[in-house]
Amino acid sequence: MMGSSAMVGMVLFPWMGFLINGLGYWFFQSSSHQKKWSSAVAGSIGTLCMLFSCVLAWNFFFQFLGLPAEARVLEYAGFSWISLGKLQVDLGLRLDSLSSLFVCVITLVGSLIHLYSIGYMKEDPTPGKFFAYLNLFCFFMLILVLGDSFPVVFLGWEGVGLCSYLLIGYWYQDQAKAQAGKKAFLVNRIGDFGFLLGVFLVFTTFGSLAFEPLKHAVLNAVGVERSIQWICGLLFVGCMGKSAQIPLYIWLPDAMAGPTPVSALIHAATMVTSGIYLVTRLNFLFTLAPWVLHTMAWVGAFTAFFAASIALCQRDIKKVLAYSTVSQLGYMFLGCGVGAFGAGVFHVITHAFFKALLFLGAGSVIHGMHEEQDLFKMGGLRKEMPHTFLMVALGWLAICGIPPFSGFFSKDEILGHAFHGSWGLWALGVITAAMTAFYMTRFFYLAFLGRSRHASVHVHESGWNMLMPLQVLGFFSVFAGFLGIPHASWLEHWLEPILGLSIHEPNGMEWPLMFISVLAAVLGMTWSFSKYRRFDPCEAQAFPRLAHFLEHQGYVNEGLHTLFVVALQRVSFFAWSVLDIKWIDGFVLGVSSLATQLGGLFRLLQTGVVQHYLLMVLMGLLMSTGYWMYVQG
Amino acid sequence: MIVESWILLSFCALIFCVGLLGVLLRRNLLVILMSIELMLNAINLTFVSFSYQLQDIHGQVCVFFVIALAASESAVGLALVIAWFRTMKTTDTYAMQYLRESP
Repeated sequence: MMGSSAMVGMVLFPWMGFLINGLGYWFFQSSSHQKKWSSAVAGSIGTLCMLFSCVLAWNFFFQFLGLPAEARVLEYAGFSWISLGKLQVDLGLRLDSLSSLFVCVITLVGSLIHLYSIGYMKEDPTPGKFFAYLNLFCFFMLILVLGDSFPVVFLGWEGVGLCSYLLIGYWYQDQAKAQAGKKAFLVNRIGDFGFLLGVFLVFTTFGSLAFEPLKHAVLNAVGVERSIQWICGLLFVGCMGKSAQIPLYIWLPDAMAGPTPVSALIHAATMVTSGIYLVTRLNFLFTLAPWVLHTMAWVGAFTAFFAASIALCQRDIKKVLAYSTVSQLGYMFLGCGVGAFGAGVFHVITHAFFKALLFLGAGSVIHGMHEEQDLFKMGGLRKEMPHTFLMVALGWLAICGIPPFSGFFSKDEILGHAFHGSWGLWALGVITAAMTAFYMTRFFYLAFLGRSRHASVHVHESGWNMLMPLQVLGFFSVFAGFLGIPHASWLEHWLEPILGLSIHEPNGMEWPLMFISVLAAVLGMTWSFSKYRRFDPCEAQAFPRLAHFLEHQGYVNEGLHTLFVVALQRVSFFAWSVLDIKWIDGFVLGVSSLATQLGGLFRLLQTGVVQHYLLMVLMGLLMSTGYWMYVQG
Repeated sequence: MIVESWILLSFCALIFCVGLLGVLLRRNLLVILMSIELMLNAINLTFVSFSYQLQDIHGQVCVFFVIALAASESAVGLALVIAWFRTMKTTDTYAMQYLRESP
């Protein structure tokens, strides 16, 4: 039986990797010694640390499996972190059935991606820095999901944001990439502001920031309905930022500027799902705020639909996957919004596997084609990269929702719950599913099938350390769905200590709904196949206006640019040219020039001739004498 | 012979004004020093005449102080003038505008 110290060790292994890699990079950063801290050295350290962490995580998981439901909790009391009057915060960790799932996924996908990065970052000049950041990210992500109170979660929340920023702008010499990092950080700031306000409100309302006391406080509190609505609303704003929902999703597509393993780990599998984690963790709070849940469901559904529509026309292989991620995150919020938190978590898990797989596959393609990201310049890679092709095919089938691949089960469960929530939500979800099938088939076809459109490049298959992670993820993409088979869902049973008993009444609608969503997926795929079988990049689009609109990502960036950036620039220009230069500077400089001119006037008296001064003395004497004699006397 | 005091005082005032105008208008340092002596002596004469008129010895005591002061003043003043003349070869006050604000 492993105790809480092993749990702390699990968290600290990535931290150790960060320290070793960071110090190693720091010591060997001079150009003459750079080779000593090569990708193989740095990557092996990073991967080993993650692997230890992963082994511990899965050990805990299997240990929990053997325990009764209420005993599946492991707490580490930690130490007193903040102690200010009423505010007492302990730096405590808590592993329960929900966080153990997340920890397993994070450490598993994390280790695989570390392994993959060894190959991917082989030619990078500073791999020590890269692996240090990646390890640091995993550390903060573990803190986020293991924290037992708001401040600890917030620590992880901000930490992963920081690492995301550092890794998006990893190739910071490229101006556009540095800008993308900044954008991600700033947009996340807006969300974090909402999160913080929510936390403050929790403290003023309930007086406690730890989750377990909060749970009891919520159950016993009276007359706090309005506060709960506000708390949930504000926390949802935080989740919108981190998990890329409309209107704060704009940073995620730009985040693809980072190295592809980063996109896979941070911007697809783990960090962006922390919003869903938080909502699920606080389900006892959110279920008391039905309005927020309704908003969440609609925001999620609309995000899913909108992002999928943009993904239809993207040319950049990573942009397609980025919008697909936004869309899938929308699905997860749709699930949480209709009260099916378990389904949301289920989709988080399956999505982590198949989206990481797709991203790593795309990375393998990009690596093999020497940094080519344009889908229109690929094609026919099936022959050159047979292993990547096979694995991406599994991911493709999973995300399209073809039974029995994992995406089918999780998506179908969300759609099933959405149908009970609202008819419109379900319809939007099914249309999105068809669109997902369409654009993923387009992605798959343009990259791997058809004829080759890349005459000049020498394409090569990736090495074993890049293919092995793909194969493991491929395995999970196929089989992870069996965690949540309808009516016999292991996952729902597992999450009962967190979410309470789920009441399922079979109402005979499951099979028709399932049939419709599979039909939608198959239709999308077929249409896409028929459309791209004779693909010619020069050919005119069927709906040129719409295609143009979607290819430019809905002009959202341009719109926001006009709405905020340009407006801010105008206001700043006005403040500078009129308020500052004309008014403030005018006043200040006016006072000084008045003094100068008066001085110039008095300067005329200073002739330097002794007699003039004497004359003045005399006049002064006469005047004061006269004053004394005639006025006073 | 009794001199009318108004005549005496008017004479003193006249000499004082001559001294004052000399200080203000003449450009030669030596003449300026002499004019200052003139003013001081006009004051001395005024003291003496008032002392006589009011039959008060204090006025004459004051004169002694003024004479001592005038002697020391002219000693210092003449020394300064000589030093100035040695370096600048002139005693013209209009040539000594070194503290003037440059135009």
